[in-house]
Amino acid sequence: MTLEASASLLEIRGLSKSFPGVKALEGVDFTVRRGEVHALMGENGAGKSTLIKVLTGVYPRDGGTFRLDGVAIAPRSTKDAESVGISTVYQEVNLIPHLSVAENICLGRQPMRWGMIDWRAMARRAEAALARVDLKLDVHQPLASHSIAIQQLTALARALDVEAKLLILDEPTSSLDAKEVEELFQVLRKLRAQGMGIVIVTHFLDQVYAIADRITVLRDGRLVGEYETAKLPRVELVSRMVGRELTKMKAVERGTEAARHAPAPEVLLELRQFGRPGSIAPLDLTVGQGEVVGLAGLLGSGRTETARIIFGIDRARSGEMWLGGKKTAFRSPRHAIQEGLAFTPENRKVEGVIPHLSVRENIILALQARAGLLRPISRKRQGEIADEFIKLLGISTPGPEQAVMNLSGGNQQKVLLARWLAMQPRLLILDEPTRGIDVGAKAEIEKLVQSLREKGMAILFISSELEEVVRGCQRVVVLRDRAKVGELAGDAISEEAILHTIAGSSHAR
Amino acid sequence: MRADRFQKQPARWWSSLIWPLTGLALLLLFNLFFTKGFFHLEIRDGHLYGSLVDIINRGAPVMILALGMTLVIATGGVDLSVGAVMAIAGTVAAELINNPKVPFPAVILAALAVAVAAGCWNGLLVTLFRVQPLVATLVLMVGGRGVAQLITNGQQIYFEDPRLVFVGNGHLLGLPFPALLSLGMLLLTAVLTRKTAIGLFIESVGDNQTASAFAGVNARTVKFLVYTFSGLCAGLAGLIDTSNIKSVDANKIGLSLELDAILAVVVGGTALTGGRFYLVGAIVGALFIRTLTTTMYALNVKSDVAPVPKALAIIAVCLLQSPAFRRRVAGWWAARKS
Repeated sequence: MTLEASASLLEIRGLSKSFPGVKALEGVDFTVRRGEVHALMGENGAGKSTLIKVLTGVYPRDGGTFRLDGVAIAPRSTKDAESVGISTVYQEVNLIPHLSVAENICLGRQPMRWGMIDWRAMARRAEAALARVDLKLDVHQPLASHSIAIQQLTALARALDVEAKLLILDEPTSSLDAKEVEELFQVLRKLRAQGMGIVIVTHFLDQVYAIADRITVLRDGRLVGEYETAKLPRVELVSRMVGRELTKMKAVERGTEAARHAPAPEVLLELRQFGRPGSIAPLDLTVGQGEVVGLAGLLGSGRTETARIIFGIDRARSGEMWLGGKKTAFRSPRHAIQEGLAFTPENRKVEGVIPHLSVRENIILALQARAGLLRPISRKRQGEIADEFIKLLGISTPGPEQAVMNLSGGNQQKVLLARWLAMQPRLLILDEPTRGIDVGAKAEIEKLVQSLREKGMAILFISSELEEVVRGCQRVVVLRDRAKVGELAGDAISEEAILHTIAGSSHAR
Repeated sequence: MRADRFQKQPARWWSSLIWPLTGLALLLLFNLFFTKGFFHLEIRDGHLYGSLVDIINRGAPVMILALGMTLVIATGGVDLSVGAVMAIAGTVAAELINNPKVPFPAVILAALAVAVAAGCWNGLLVTLFRVQPLVATLVLMVGGRGVAQLITNGQQIYFEDPRLVFVGNGHLLGLPFPALLSLGMLLLTAVLTRKTAIGLFIESVGDNQTASAFAGVNARTVKFLVYTFSGLCAGLAGLIDTSNIKSVDANKIGLSLELDAILAVVVGGTALTGGRFYLVGAIVGALFIRTLTTTMYALNVKSDVAPVPKALAIIAVCLLQSPAFRRRVAGWWAARKS
């Protein structure tokens, strides 16, 4: 017991943090030992980022204590945190691209000489810091001239430049390829051997098992538990993170299975050589009533672009679109909406929610826009609609008047779905509806899509998570390099088959 | 479901008024102690008089401007031209009133119509030609007074017509007419925005234009309407100001009032970045600014230094409104106590 206590580098006890309307962390304990890599796991909205931001002084805490090396600390800014020995590398590389590597590493603590920056000392210090991450660069080059991986390592070097005892890495690998990840891990192992405590936040389970000694799992702002990686099988880890959502996903799978063997549905949307240069090459696509059609492909393969020309955000330059047996072409989203289309965009924050407006206002917005300026929906009716969908979709909010920005990502997505479901659309286009939301909400959204299919809605489902596409879609259209390269149907749909189609020619060669 | 993760209920609509009202109350409190007779009210010839009445009376143009400005700012824009539009409307009215052939209602309608046309012009520039609001309305701010000069041939015009004089100086039911006009405009604006869907659309476009467009909201119509309405407000304000001094000088009417109007909106709690808007807040903001000016007069502060204390008071109210500032003050307070 005493040994363990002395080995612990960071001790967080009873940490609480609330935002207006949401308790992001409640009584969370978290311990990091010297010389270990500790993975902080949990779904989105579990409280990982909040914990890190409170620990590094970005947010003030509401309650709880921090001890570093047995000494109580209370950092009030990231600079404060750095000065006591906590360094952070954030998810997005937050360096300044046009400054040199050396400037980036030393920014804010440049070596001075007679009141001026000592450039030579700075270069030496930068080189020394880079050496710790096994990197040798011309430190005078602008940071932007290097790859993202190098930039990430530079950020790490910067973090190490300040005598760090505890290093925090927030999703450090999300923009790295496998080889680069391995290089990063090499560096981490070396630092671990030197006795540094390392906290890593990541979504990649493989990587957790490759590098982490111990794991702490958070869910809904509460501590679920702390485990030794070696003693926690993956399935256990996932179920700890998720709670009890796996059964729901199984149900979706079974539903899709049944739908795939049902007779071919009546076609609602048909694209014939529909396309737009620079967006998507002319393609054929049909979506039937009561059919979920997946649009799969890598990032930038033209999935969103396809949705945009259907919904009238961008105009098609070639081909025809038929909707319900009528030839149409939409000039604007407004026009598309009038014809019974709905579209939840991929970038929820920028293109979806109206952040400061209430849940109620966000839900009725499209409905009101269709009704027009002069036919306001009465406040009472608005409240009824909002309440109905809050209940139907299980939107977790203190009430319909809460500002949408105070909701978690998954609940914001549900609000957007509610906005469109209230319209009773004929065709629903979902672009990455489950991106950045927790597994629980994911399962609920997949289930909802299934029940919409059963009610006869036509759904175009865009997702980069193949698992999801395979589980929910009757047909899958595969895109590559902004062109359709294949279509899979029924039992032919599998993750492997989609991957092969995406790989396509290179695979055949 | 997970309701225990939430605590606070969302704020009520009047909570946005707390800080501007606090500012106004503090200012009135100051006057209670330091300005003699500030709260003195009396009825002369059946009309109510006193400093307070005067504030509401003389503050009417900025109050009315602030209503239009609030809506424009809520869409994420700004209307710098309102001062110049006041001048145009004023000169049109003054020019026509001296022509005995033009009936009085036509004078008023013509002045307002010209102001509305100016607002439409701004709206067209912003929506159809996608000129940035700041630039688009700057055009009229700079050029508008030239237009007014053209109308008057560069002359100052005087008039005596009692009906036009009434607009800025008359009393109705014992109350000054401009004050009633601003109250009427406040009610009209509130009804127009909250009883139709335009209020919702203004806020959604101002808060997130792309998302609003994706939801089918027609941002162009919304923006066009708010600039047009701002023009109407400017026209009315111009009529009041012109009538008040029974003459019009195209270079002086409404000079710099666009800035007062913007300040009133900001003091009232509407963010310059757009989104939620607060009409009553803007009225309180305009009253705050007018009270400040009156206080300066009462304290015999020279008019060339008056902007300094005025600016300080406005900064104070803006700081009061800033949650970040309040948190910091609360932090210091807690630190000093412990």
